[in-house]
Amino acid sequence: MELNILTAHELTNLLKNKKTTPEEILSSLEKRIKSVDSKVRAYVRLTEPNKLNDNNELNGPNCFLKGIPVSIKDNICTQGYNTECCSKILEGFKPPYDATVIKKLKQAGAVILDKKTNMDEFAFGSSTENSYFGPTHNPWDLERVPGGSSGGSAAAVAADEAVWALGSDTGGSIRQPAAFCGVVGLKPTYGRVSRYGLIAFASSLDQIGPLTKDITDCAILMNIISGCDSYDATSVDITVADYTKSLVNDIKGIKIGIPKEYFVEGLDLEVKSIVEEAIDKLKSLGAAYKEVSLPHTEYAVPVYYIIATAEASSNLARFDGVQYGLRIPAKNIIDMYKKTRDEGFGQEAKRRIILGTFALSHGYYDAYYLRALKVRTLIKQDFDKVFNDFDCIVTPTSPTAAFKIGEKVDDPLKMYLSDIYTISANLAGIPAISIPCGFTKKGLPVGLQILAKPFAEETLFRVAYTYEQNTEWNKRKPKL
Amino acid sequence: MAITKETIEYTAHLARIELKPQELEKISRQLKGILDFIDTLKRLEVKDIAPTSHILPINNVLREDIPVKSLSAEKALMDSPSQKGTFFVVPKIIE
Repeated sequence: MELNILTAHELTNLLKNKKTTPEEILSSLEKRIKSVDSKVRAYVRLTEPNKLNDNNELNGPNCFLKGIPVSIKDNICTQGYNTECCSKILEGFKPPYDATVIKKLKQAGAVILDKKTNMDEFAFGSSTENSYFGPTHNPWDLERVPGGSSGGSAAAVAADEAVWALGSDTGGSIRQPAAFCGVVGLKPTYGRVSRYGLIAFASSLDQIGPLTKDITDCAILMNIISGCDSYDATSVDITVADYTKSLVNDIKGIKIGIPKEYFVEGLDLEVKSIVEEAIDKLKSLGAAYKEVSLPHTEYAVPVYYIIATAEASSNLARFDGVQYGLRIPAKNIIDMYKKTRDEGFGQEAKRRIILGTFALSHGYYDAYYLRALKVRTLIKQDFDKVFNDFDCIVTPTSPTAAFKIGEKVDDPLKMYLSDIYTISANLAGIPAISIPCGFTKKGLPVGLQILAKPFAEETLFRVAYTYEQNTEWNKRKPKL
Repeated sequence: MAITKETIEYTAHLARIELKPQELEKISRQLKGILDFIDTLKRLEVKDIAPTSHILPINNVLREDIPVKSLSAEKALMDSPSQKGTFFVVPKIIE
């Protein structure tokens, strides 16, 4: 049997029944990577085959992931292994510590792959084309993008080059690639998962989350990575539920809101009809739905591109050639900073840093940054109102299926608009999941997004699991 | 608000990014387009709206004052392009 096509929960069962070994699982994954990654390019810095972790001696009840490999986005710190955010400016950076999520995975016995998954530089992008290492290709159509910025993680899972993976989501960077690649992707509530060791893009929006082959794996991975962390003062001290208990095939009585602003011009007609069919399916399974309004939806993208770039310009000030990564020598320190940052950052990173610096600068702060923070309040209030009466909101994850490589690369605004349905969840801090809900005539996956109120991940799991159990979309595999 | 090439050049300097002339040209053009789009926010009346800089109620997180081990200087310096002893080395900043 090909082990690499299985989910983590299937593999743990085989391991428990002594039907396979950690060595066999890892070598099956390595074999797959060797045979398809030259086409997909989901991983960066492909070197020697991975070794099993040195935490092999771990045992006991908490070690239930023993021998299960997990793939990690290149912006999550793994001690001693390159973590470069797919940027030249972090070339050679080997973190001296593990991110909290990595520590938790190791304690559970998981095998951390030392090759990392590809991403847009510093997570700036929606297509993984902004990577210093070159683009990842969508396993369903190699001429198309896998989405971004966690495009490597999504493509690796879709192509069975990964059992499951971690990504990060600032404006849709887990959910949009999950939709484009036909896998499950969850952005947790802000504060649910520790950001310690996630190289910061926009600190008030970033969350780490899972990309998996099914909902069960997503719940298992969330059980491990969630929780308050003394190293992240914005992580929240609310008890983590056992999310696997929410995996029930029943949504009777669930009230779903369908926001009318998400079904307007700009939404591809084929995607629209696939998503509407999925909503009908949820209804036939016992949920009730009604049209609702999120009136400030059209402002989410402009608000995001002020707040996210402002925070990024501040967070990326640390890349100056002093503490890590690239340094271009110069006679004085200002020139050293400037030359290092010119040489080290790609086009999109420079654009965003300059835009963010502008929005925060004297004379423009009130007109841009402060105004954006105020509109953020309005966007959050829209959601609060809907969640007074509804358990969740269902929308398309992205207005189109995967687009062609190169199609939007010279038009940043067009690229930004591909996140139009995912950005609001980050601004409002709420959890959102993307699950496969069908395929276009060209055979490209389409994602259904489900959003819930803060810390209501259990609702997402219940609805997503019920849909998954009554459909077959997640069983399709790309031909590679 | 119209944004000039000079403003972009100055902002790039504030952000400590050197831009080549053709890069400055391209980024200025793109940022103009993006800022025009962002200006749609001006359609909203926000005078009486409180800003949200953080989505959760944020409180100081306190802990007992117990010393814990932190990164050693050697580990903290190991990724630096230039170091000496327990210091980062940079070009001379005092004349």
